[in-house]
Amino acid sequence: MSDLHTKTLSELREALLAREVTVEQVVRACLDRIEATEPEVHALISVQAEEALKQAREMDAAGPDPDKPLWGVPMVLKDLLATKGVTTTCASKILENFVPFYDATSVARLREAGAVCIAKANMDEFAMGSSTENSAFHTTLNPWDTDRVPGGSSGGSGATVAACQVPAALGTDTGGSIRLPASFCGIVGLKPTYGRVSRFGMVAYGSSLDQIGPMTRSVEDAARVLQVIAGHDPKDSTSVDCPVPDYLAALGRGNLDGVTIGLPEEYWGEGLDPEVENACRAAIAKAEELGAKTVPVSLKLTDYAIATYYIIAMAEASSNLSRFDGVRYGHRNRDAEELIDMYTRSRTEGFGDEVQRRIIMGAYVLSSGYYDAYYRKAAQVRRLLRRDFDKAFEQCDLIAGPVCPTVAFKAGDKADPLQMYLMDIFTISANLAGLPGMSLPVGLGADSKMPVGLQFMGRAFSEELMLGVGECLERNLEAMPVPEM
Amino acid sequence: MKISPEEVDKVARLARLDLPREKVELFAGQLGDILDYMDKLGELDTSDVDPMYSPVEHTTVLRKDEVKKEYSREDVLSNAPEQDGQFFVVPRIV
Repeated sequence: MSDLHTKTLSELREALLAREVTVEQVVRACLDRIEATEPEVHALISVQAEEALKQAREMDAAGPDPDKPLWGVPMVLKDLLATKGVTTTCASKILENFVPFYDATSVARLREAGAVCIAKANMDEFAMGSSTENSAFHTTLNPWDTDRVPGGSSGGSGATVAACQVPAALGTDTGGSIRLPASFCGIVGLKPTYGRVSRFGMVAYGSSLDQIGPMTRSVEDAARVLQVIAGHDPKDSTSVDCPVPDYLAALGRGNLDGVTIGLPEEYWGEGLDPEVENACRAAIAKAEELGAKTVPVSLKLTDYAIATYYIIAMAEASSNLSRFDGVRYGHRNRDAEELIDMYTRSRTEGFGDEVQRRIIMGAYVLSSGYYDAYYRKAAQVRRLLRRDFDKAFEQCDLIAGPVCPTVAFKAGDKADPLQMYLMDIFTISANLAGLPGMSLPVGLGADSKMPVGLQFMGRAFSEELMLGVGECLERNLEAMPVPEM
Repeated sequence: MKISPEEVDKVARLARLDLPREKVELFAGQLGDILDYMDKLGELDTSDVDPMYSPVEHTTVLRKDEVKKEYSREDVLSNAPEQDGQFFVVPRIV
């Protein structure tokens, strides 16, 4: 099979279990594809080729294990997930040489399920950005058009899957960092409910917002990966101890009868690029054809979500990043003669501009004079935003809207930080409220020929419904092409 | 709300960052714009609203207070920029 790299995770799994292909063949196909496309997309920070091939040969020798749901499937991990023995840089100079001695829980679960982790994906430094232009190492480009960004901060994970380097990757989503690159790259991206997936071993950015999730080329693949990584973890005190449903059983529905989709007026109004609106409206029309009922709903505080989010995220970031002091791990300045000077020089040299900007902003909104005016106020508005969602979900099962007002923009186009922050207007509310969200590719923009993503948001722990509806719609929409590279 | 370069410099120092003057001035302008944007939250009346700090509320997870040795000393020291096999080494304090 010469086209192994274009197969979905589910197709590969079937072929591997039937012994039509070996794990080594699959891993080699992915490594060859990486070699061919990486000079253009720069999706990765490191590739663990030798280790992956060694693991593949061992797996082939032992034979297929049908009890391992991801047996032999190659995957890429965002480079903020701790991987035992493999550098975990967070796309930052400060962690350039950091080699964890443990696996993040999500990574350990992938390994136990038989996945072969072959590379670490590029990202915005410490997950701060919406374009993957903020990496300390290089900028990732969009496989659909290499003048454009892949979105961020999981842009490397999005680009690696879109470029068919691997069938699936893990990303993380603090304010839209899975859904935005999934939308820009034309793939499926799922941010689970806060607490559904353990955050242990993930380098923290905004601890009350961050969530790990799958990025794949089909909804079924997203369900397979989520099934493996979901579930309670005693090592993460915010991980929720409730049963994990059978996500695959939720797939294969023939129609959308009985499903009510809420369309928030704030997401479908002014400022939306017409080609994004048209592609999303066509997908909603298809959902209606399949039996879904649509109702207008209101998320009236949407305009306040970005301000709320950035106050909370920057406050949490400034606190989380205080651990980088050059003592236990990370970059250390060798010239400092005393301790405080060593902290200051190490941090100043190690953190990039966006990270420094957010640390200062976060420390400022948490400072005694401004805590009530900013941080406490934002936490209060956060509750109001959650109430908005609760009210909307009295009328519908899922909420749908665009992921982003535009398709992927050109690299270098959003030099002003505030302009960049505004890209996250439709995704951020789900993180503040802790709700699941999914980006489903629904076609290409009429003018730009760039992918457009439709976003579903649901009640807490409703991933099952979201995946079921998404897969039904995916099956009934025109198949998403693969970018020519 | 505007933020002066002096305030940016002060917060940066408290956060253990040492920024050159031109960066302090650049950040002051950018942070002023961001704070202006954030000030729109003042339009909302939140006087009777409890702050929501996390989507997972009302959970206090405590583990048993038992000493466990999950990682070896060697592992824990393995990423230290400077260590002596026993401890992390830092510049002299006194």
